[in-house]
Amino acid sequence: MEFGTQTIWDLLSGYQKKQFKPSEVISGYLKNISERDEKLNSFLQVRPEETLAKARALDAKLDAAQNLPLFGIPVAIKDNFLVQGWQATAGSKVLSGYVSPYTATSVQRLEEMGAIIIGKVNCDEFAMGSSNENSAFGPVRNPWDLERVPGGSSGGSSAAVAAGLATVSLGTDTGGSIRQPASLCGLVGLKPSYGRVSRYGIVAYASSLDQVGPFSRTVWDSARVLEVMAGFDNKDATSSKHPVPRYTEELKSNTKRSFTLGVSRAWLEGVDLDVAKSFEAALEVFKQMGGKIVDIDLPHTKYALSTYYLIAPSEASSNLARYDGVHYGYRTQSAKSSEELYSRSRGEGIGREVKLRIMLGTYALSAGYYDAFYLKANQIRRKIQEDFEKAFTQCDFVVTPTSPSTAFKLGEKTDDPLKMYLSDIFTLPVNLAGLPGLSVSCGLDSKKLPIGFQLIGKPFGERELFIAAHQYEQIRGEFPLSSMAKGKG
Amino acid sequence: MSLEKYEAVIGLEVHAQLMTASKMFCCCPNRYGSLPNTNICPVCTGQPGSLPVINKKAMELGVRAAIALSCEVHPESIFARKNYFYPDLPKGYQISQYERPYSTHGHIVVQLKTGEEKRIGITRIHFEEDAGKSNHESYGTLVNLNRAGVPLIEIVSEPDMRNAHEAGQYLRALHSILRYADICDGNMEEGNFRCDANISVRLRGADKFGTRVELKNINSFKFVEKAIEYEIQRQVFAVESGEKIIQQTRSWNSAKNITEVMREKEEAHDYRYFPEPDLPKLVFSLAWLDQIKKEMPELPQETSIRFKKSFELSDYDASVLTGSKELANYFESVVSHSKNGKASANWVMNELLGRLNAANKEVESSPVTAIQLADLICKIDSGEISGKIAKTVFEEMFATSKDASSIIKEKGFIQISDPIALESAICKVIENNPSQFAEYKAGKVKLLGFFVGQAMKETQGQANPALLNELVKKILDR
Repeated sequence: MEFGTQTIWDLLSGYQKKQFKPSEVISGYLKNISERDEKLNSFLQVRPEETLAKARALDAKLDAAQNLPLFGIPVAIKDNFLVQGWQATAGSKVLSGYVSPYTATSVQRLEEMGAIIIGKVNCDEFAMGSSNENSAFGPVRNPWDLERVPGGSSGGSSAAVAAGLATVSLGTDTGGSIRQPASLCGLVGLKPSYGRVSRYGIVAYASSLDQVGPFSRTVWDSARVLEVMAGFDNKDATSSKHPVPRYTEELKSNTKRSFTLGVSRAWLEGVDLDVAKSFEAALEVFKQMGGKIVDIDLPHTKYALSTYYLIAPSEASSNLARYDGVHYGYRTQSAKSSEELYSRSRGEGIGREVKLRIMLGTYALSAGYYDAFYLKANQIRRKIQEDFEKAFTQCDFVVTPTSPSTAFKLGEKTDDPLKMYLSDIFTLPVNLAGLPGLSVSCGLDSKKLPIGFQLIGKPFGERELFIAAHQYEQIRGEFPLSSMAKGKG
Repeated sequence: MSLEKYEAVIGLEVHAQLMTASKMFCCCPNRYGSLPNTNICPVCTGQPGSLPVINKKAMELGVRAAIALSCEVHPESIFARKNYFYPDLPKGYQISQYERPYSTHGHIVVQLKTGEEKRIGITRIHFEEDAGKSNHESYGTLVNLNRAGVPLIEIVSEPDMRNAHEAGQYLRALHSILRYADICDGNMEEGNFRCDANISVRLRGADKFGTRVELKNINSFKFVEKAIEYEIQRQVFAVESGEKIIQQTRSWNSAKNITEVMREKEEAHDYRYFPEPDLPKLVFSLAWLDQIKKEMPELPQETSIRFKKSFELSDYDASVLTGSKELANYFESVVSHSKNGKASANWVMNELLGRLNAANKEVESSPVTAIQLADLICKIDSGEISGKIAKTVFEEMFATSKDASSIIKEKGFIQISDPIALESAICKVIENNPSQFAEYKAGKVKLLGFFVGQAMKETQGQANPALLNELVKKILDR
């Protein structure tokens, strides 16, 4: 049997019917990786023997498959998660060779519920980027078109699932790093509410914005992964005690609910024509489901980009100070003093985009500039939150295209950081406001590249997001597979 | 040179380690003296992805300190990151508090040698984590992270002190309060109580401050006053000879007895403080604060007042006996067994402290326990031995840690209260000193003391003094 295009749902029902065993599934996915990933460069580490051994251990428990919500599910993990015994480079040379001494809470919860880690996947260095071209280990390519980027920063996570190399994957989203690559690779990508999933064990980029979330083919799969890993963690003081619903139970009901969708027309200017058309078509589908579309005003979202590029680099400049060559990771060979050890280890180990953001953040936090930059940015951040709070008095969700364009070519935007940053224009404000955002595929453009539709929910409103996106998915029908997933890569 | 024309302005910053079982933001033990890098985990070694979680006990001790120092405690405060690179700072930043510390506006009252009291203001107290330790060896620097993440409070005084003595007294009072309330063990050798001083000088009566110099790491009570004294003189000399004081950080060199430049102002860090995004606002509920207030241990000043009242002690005695918690506890234990406040105070202050000082020992390691000392006092009060003998017995107790009873037995020190035995001794003295006896009889009654002394000698000091006195007079006058 061929594996690669199944969903969690498919695999779980197959296990229950004893159509196949975990070791067969894992072997199938490992085979896909060895055959296809040379072209994609999505995996940074696979450990086939250990992974297969884990799968074989599960084979023996096949009778109890229904007790574990992720029994025998191959999951790819972004390389900025720590998993004990596995490398964690976060796409950076400065962490090359670093082996995790402990496991991230989110990953641990998946493993406890039967998931099998199929490998660690590539990403933009320290999750900074929108195309996965900032990885020290080379760019990842889009399984829909190998000339194009898979999006970023979780480009390895999106490419791996879209190419049939993992059933689901985990990524992190600080300004769009799950939703944008999900959109560019034709997947469902969820950035949960801030505090919904523990950040313990993910390499921090911007602590007040980072969140862990899943990539999957379907909304149901996304709901399944979130319900397993969400919830308070006593190792993360910013994780929430808000109760975690059984999201997949919520998707069982056949009664259709209708929702009010808020659209800010001013915000949508400058979107590619194909993307705009597909977005409008999706709105029509929601209307058919009895939904309403209302105009809303989000006057401060136009400042989101500049706000984000002050807050995130500021936090990053501090979060990344620990990569100094002293305790672990890359250390220069040529230092004659401790000053030199720092500057050379960091200078040689850290890539260009990350340096750019560290310098930006260092500047914004400096004495004399703090009030004008960091403090001001946080005031605007509050205004953006208030815009959403106000909008949610009129609608259930705010909706946008996930990204203003579909997958672009490698090298197309690398010379112009601002152009690159603009691909996250619809996702950044969601992180600033701490809200949940879900990207679901809504069509293909003229080049047969996937387009994503973003639903932004109220704080801890993941349940409603799943219900709405699931209903939409039922009407939309099964989304096409990438050429590589079809085995034609 | 006219030092008198000038006055110093001194403010102190004290870092006190909190006596918690575990570190500030992780579960590693807060323990001194373990093998290097054994009390460590992903959090306190700054591994990627690790996050801090607040230790509630540390918060409790911090609040206790704030209450003990009459500070305002803020129900909401914020942790901040202080960013700088140093090999023993694994995260590249220290979690501290900056714009919104948990406590401000306190004071303590200190006793000056002039007999006056002085109120020293406390600007703020904030929480922070300690850094690790760098050991510089000939072949390189070794980093030990056992101390990284140990909870500290930093107590910043107002610039209220005007000379080294005031600074020394402030520091002693602070030290004693923190130890009393079980907040900090105060061990300066282990670095659990560290002090930096900000010092400037100005002409007496001037209202503008001079340029200040920061004096780092004065880590012993012995050096505090010396170091500050030296620095004040250095600054006055400089000003007098027309030099400008340069804003800089200096350290005390205890071998050379001078302060030396550590770094100039230009090398000062920009710490780029900003709110710690990994921790929510620090919120104290009023109920929790009330509970801490209720459970506050007694503070030195309160103990002192109680001692004065219960045992009729002088201000001076009470202040000496409350100099440390251990001493106060020792004294209290002596009193509770001896039931004689005044005698207990005298014995502890004169005999015990004198000997401890001479032997360079703390009361905690006294060879004579409180109960042993109380027992000795009881023996005096019951007339079993004289006060004079008791001193000899005490010396022996201090040297051997033996009980008074066994020493008295061994040496045959029992007090003679038998009138017949005493009478024979007195008669022997009279026989041996016929001329003095004659003089006495002729009216030189002052000689009574001579006979008492001789009789005491005759009994090897074991005579019951009151009885002996009485009998000598009676026999002489017969």
